[in-house]
Amino acid sequence: MDALEIARWQFGITTVYHFMMVPLTIGLGLVVAIIQTIWYRTGKPEYLRMTKFWGKLFLINFIMGVATGIVQEFQFGMAWSEYSRFVGDVFGAPLALEALLAFFVESTFLGLWIFGWKQLKRGVHLACLWIAVIGSVFSAYFIIVANSWMQHPVGVEMIDGRPVMTDAWAVFTNNTALVAVPHTLFGALAVAGAFLLGIAWYHLWRRRHDGIDVVGKDGKLVPGEAAIPGRDKTDYTVWMTSLRIGAVVAMISFAGTAITGDLQGKLMFEQQPMKMAAAEAACHDGTGFSVLSVGNLGATNCEDIVAVIEVPGILSFLAKGDFTTEVKGVNSLLGEYKEKYGTHLPDNPLYGERAGQEIQYVPVMEVTYWGFRMMIGFGGIAAFAALLALWVTRKGVVPGSKWLMRLAVFGILAPFGANAAGWIFTEMGRQPFVVAPNPDMNGIDQVFMFTAAAVSPGVSAGELMTSLVVLTAIYAVLLVVEVKLLVKYIRGGVASAMPELGHPTDSKDHHDKNDDGPAKSGNDVLAFAY
Amino acid sequence: MELLPTIWFVAIAVLWTGYLFLEGFDLGVGMLMKMFARNNTDRRVLLNTIGPVWDGNEVWLLTAAGATFAAFPLWYASLFSTLYLPLLAVLAALIFRAVAFEYRGKVDSERWRNRWDWAIAVGSFVAAFGIGAALALTTTGLPLNGNGDRVGGPMAWFSGYALLGGFGVVAFALVHALAFLALKTDGDVRYRARRWFVRLVPFAVLPMFGWMVSVQFLSGKPWTWALVAAAVIAVVLAWRLARAGSEGRAFSALGAFILCATASIFGAAFPVVIPSTLDPAFNLTISNASSSDYTLGLMSIVAAVGLPLVIAYQSWTYWVFRRRVSAAHIPEAHGFLPAIAGKVMNPKDNTPATSTPPGD
Ligand code: HDD
Ligand code: HEM
Ligand code: HEM
Repeated sequence: MDALEIARWQFGITTVYHFMMVPLTIGLGLVVAIIQTIWYRTGKPEYLRMTKFWGKLFLINFIMGVATGIVQEFQFGMAWSEYSRFVGDVFGAPLALEALLAFFVESTFLGLWIFGWKQLKRGVHLACLWIAVIGSVFSAYFIIVANSWMQHPVGVEMIDGRPVMTDAWAVFTNNTALVAVPHTLFGALAVAGAFLLGIAWYHLWRRRHDGIDVVGKDGKLVPGEAAIPGRDKTDYTVWMTSLRIGAVVAMISFAGTAITGDLQGKLMFEQQPMKMAAAEAACHDGTGFSVLSVGNLGATNCEDIVAVIEVPGILSFLAKGDFTTEVKGVNSLLGEYKEKYGTHLPDNPLYGERAGQEIQYVPVMEVTYWGFRMMIGFGGIAAFAALLALWVTRKGVVPGSKWLMRLAVFGILAPFGANAAGWIFTEMGRQPFVVAPNPDMNGIDQVFMFTAAAVSPGVSAGELMTSLVVLTAIYAVLLVVEVKLLVKYIRGGVASAMPELGHPTDSKDHHDKNDDGPAKSGNDVLAFAY
Repeated sequence: MELLPTIWFVAIAVLWTGYLFLEGFDLGVGMLMKMFARNNTDRRVLLNTIGPVWDGNEVWLLTAAGATFAAFPLWYASLFSTLYLPLLAVLAALIFRAVAFEYRGKVDSERWRNRWDWAIAVGSFVAAFGIGAALALTTTGLPLNGNGDRVGGPMAWFSGYALLGGFGVVAFALVHALAFLALKTDGDVRYRARRWFVRLVPFAVLPMFGWMVSVQFLSGKPWTWALVAAAVIAVVLAWRLARAGSEGRAFSALGAFILCATASIFGAAFPVVIPSTLDPAFNLTISNASSSDYTLGLMSIVAAVGLPLVIAYQSWTYWVFRRRVSAAHIPEAHGFLPAIAGKVMNPKDNTPATSTPPGD
C-alpha cells in the first residue's frame, strides 16, 4: 500500500472508532440530564438511581471519546499536511472554536458534575450536567460545520491557489451542516435509546429469572424484594422506567433521522449528484429506488449491474420531493464531471506516483450502495424493535424467553452500525475528492481538492504504517477493556454505581483520622474518589 | 509588522503557557504515581488532587493545536507532519493516561491497579517529553524544504534541542507537581512533597534554562534576555518560599518561572514560527504561515470573549475543589455487591460473592 492508502485506512479506522464512543456520549448525556432533572423535580428515588447508574456507564464511555478525539485533532497535521495547508484558512476555525467553546465547557463542567455531588447545591450540580451536555452538542455542531465544508465548500474565494474565508456566516450556516447536525444528534439518541432498552430488558429478565418478580394471575407483574442490596421494589421501577424511556427515545430518534435524512438526500442530489447516483448504484437516469441490485458493484463500469427489485418514483421523491423527476445516473454524470474537473490528475509532484493518472469519479459502489441501506436498515430495525418492546411490556412484564433477552441486548449494536454505515457512506461517497466541488461555483471560483493531493508529502509510508498498526492495536485492546468494564458495571446493577445502596451502614467504625487509615465515605471533601 | 498575526502568535504562546502551567502539574502528578507515592492510599490522594481538573487542563493542548491550525495552518502542517513519530508517541501516551485515570479504580485488584499506574506514570512522562521536544524544535529549527516538508527521513527532526526541551518539560512538571501537592494535600504527602521540592527544584529547572538560553543565543533580544534573568529570580524565590513553608506562594513563584520561560522563548523566536535548518529562506514566519486577516479577525473576536470565560469557570472549579485532600478523605475501596450474583467476584478476596439470590 502506498502512503495515501494507508493514511486513508488510518483516518477511516480512527474516525469510525471515535464515532462509536461519540454518539453514546451525546445521546446518553442528554438522557441522563433529563433523568436527573426529573429527579430534581420529583425527588423520586428511582430517578436518582437511574441518574447514578446510567451516569456511571456514561463516564466509562466518555473517557474513550476524549482519548480517541485527540488523535483526530492531531491527524490532520500529521498525515494530511497538504490538506491542512490548503483548507486551513476556513477549516481550522471551526476546529479551534470547538476546542475553545465546546471542549473546555464539557470537560470542566463534567468534572464539576462527577466530583461535585456534595460540594454544589442540587440545582447548580444539575446545571453543570446540562452545561456539559450542551457543550457536547456544540462540539458536534462545530465538527460537522468543518466536515460539511468538505462536502460543500461555501463562503470562500480562491486567492493564490487557496480558498480564503470571505463569509464566515455562510460557513457556519452551511445548509449541509444545518441538516447534518440534527441528523447526527438523532443518530446519537438512537444509540442511547437502544442502550437503555437492551440493558433494562436484561435486568428485568434477570429479576424474573432469579424469582424476585413474579407474574400475577391478571398477567401483571408483582415486584418483589431480594436479600441482595439494591434489588428491591424500587429497582424494578428503575428498569421498567428505563426501558420505556429507551424505547420512546429510540422511536422518536428514528423518525428524526428519517425526516432530516430526507432533507440531506435532497441536498446531496444537488451538491454531490455522483454520490447520490452511487448510493443507488444507478447507471442510467431514472426515478426508481432500488431495493435490491445485483452485479459487480465494485466494478468501475456499471453496465452489468441489474436492479432486481425497484420501486418506481421513490428515488425522485428522495431527491426532489416528487415522483417523476429523472435522477441522473452515473453514466450521464461521468461526462459532466470529466468536463468540469478534468480527466487526469495534474502532472504535479504533489500527486506522487499518481500524477497524470486517470481520475476515477465513481466511488466504490459496493460501499455507497450498501452503506446507505445499512444505515437506514439498522436504524429501522432498532426502531421497530423498540415499538414491539413497548407493546410486549405494556403490562410491566418482560417475557421470560432467554432468546428475546439476548436479542434486546444485541439490538444495542444496530444503531451503532447505522451510524458507522452512515459515515462510511458519506465519506467514501465523496471520493475521489477530499473537498468536494460546490457545483454552484464556476471558473476561477472552483474550490475542490483531490484526496490524492491531500496526504503529507514529507511523511513516509513506513511512518504511516507504524501509526496505523500502533493505533489500531491500542484501539483494539481498549475496546475489549471498555466493553468488559461496561459489562461488569451493567451486571452489577444500580448498586455498582451507588455503593451506599449495598453498604447502608458502612464504616461507622472508621472515625479515627490517622493519616493512612481509610475514612468514612461521603465526607464533603471528596464526594467521589478515584 | 502585521498586527493580527502578531496577536495570534502571542495568543498561541499564551495557550502553551496555560498548558504548561496547568497540565504541567497533572503530568507531574502522573509521573509521581510510581516514584513518590508509597502505597495505594497515597496514589489515590495524588489522583484525587487532579481528578476534577485534568481533562480541562488537557483541553489547553487541544486549543493550542486547534488555534495553530486556524491561525497558522502552515505552521501546524509542517510541525505536525515533521514530528510524525514523536507525536504518535504523545498520542499513545495521552490515550493510555486518560483511560487509566478513569479505569484504574474500576476493578479492585492489585494487578489491575498496578498496570494502570504504570500507564499513568509512563504516559505522563512520554507526553511531557514529546511536547517539550516539539516546542523546543519549533523554536530552534527543523529540516524543512521550501514547501515546509521534512527532508531526511523519519528521524531527521532529532537534535540536542529535542532532549533539552523534552527533559526541560519533564523536570519542570515534576517539581511543579510537588509544589502543587504541597498546596493541595495534607498529612504525610504534603510534607514529603515540600521536602522533595526544596531538594529538587534547583536541579529540575536546569534543562529548561538550557533550552531558554539556547534560543536566546539563536535569536534573542535584550528584553527576552531580561526574562531569563527574571526566571532565575522566580526559581530562587520559589525555593526560599517553599523552605519557609509558604506553599501557596512557592507554587505561584514557580508559575511565574514558567511564564518568564515561555515568554523569553517565544519572544526570542518571534517572528519566526519554525526556522528551517536547511536554508533561512525556507523559514516559516508569522507572515508567510498565517491565515487571512478575515479569519484571524473573526477568531480574535471569539477568543476575546471565549478565553476570559474559560479562565473564569476553570478558576471557579479550582475554587469549588479548593480543600486539601489527605489520606483521611479517601474512602475505603469497597467494590459492590453485585445484583447478578455468582459471576461477579467479591471485591475483598476475589472469591465469588456469597449471597445467593432466592429461588434461582
Ligand atoms: C442511527 C443512525 C442513523 C439513522 C437511523 C439514519 N442515519 Fe443517515 N446518517 C447518519 C446516521 C443515521 C450519520 C452517521 O449521522 C450520518 C453520516 C454523516 C452525517 O451527517 O450523518 C448520516 C448521513 C446520511 C446521508 C448522507 C449525507 C451526505 O453525504 O451529504 C443521508 C442522505 C442520510 N444519512 C439519509 C438518511 C435517511 C433517509 C435515513 C432514513 C431513515 C437515515 N439517514 C437514517
Ligand atoms: C471534520 C470532520 C471530518 C473530516 C475533516 C474528515 C476528513 C476525512 C479525510 C481527510 C479522509 C481521508 C481521505 C479519504 O479517504 O476520504 C476521510 C476519510 C474517512 N472518513 Fe472522514 N472526516 C471527518 C469526519 C468523519 C467522521 C466523523 C467519520 C465517521 C465516523 C468519518 C469517516 C471516514 C471514513 C470511513 C473514511 C474513509 C473513507 C475512504 O478511505 O475512502 N469522517 N475523512
Ligand atoms: C475528524 C473529526 C473530529 C475531530 C478532529 C474531533 C476531535 C475531538 C477531540 C480532540 C476530542 C477530545 C475532547 C476532550 O479532550 O475533551 C473529541 C471528543 C468528542 N468529540 Fe470528536 N472529533 C471529530 C469527530 C467528531 C464528530 C463527528 C462528533 C459529533 C458528531 C464529535 C463529537 C465529540 C464528542 C461529543 C466528544 C466527547 C468527548 C469530549 O468532547 O470531551 N467528534 N473529539
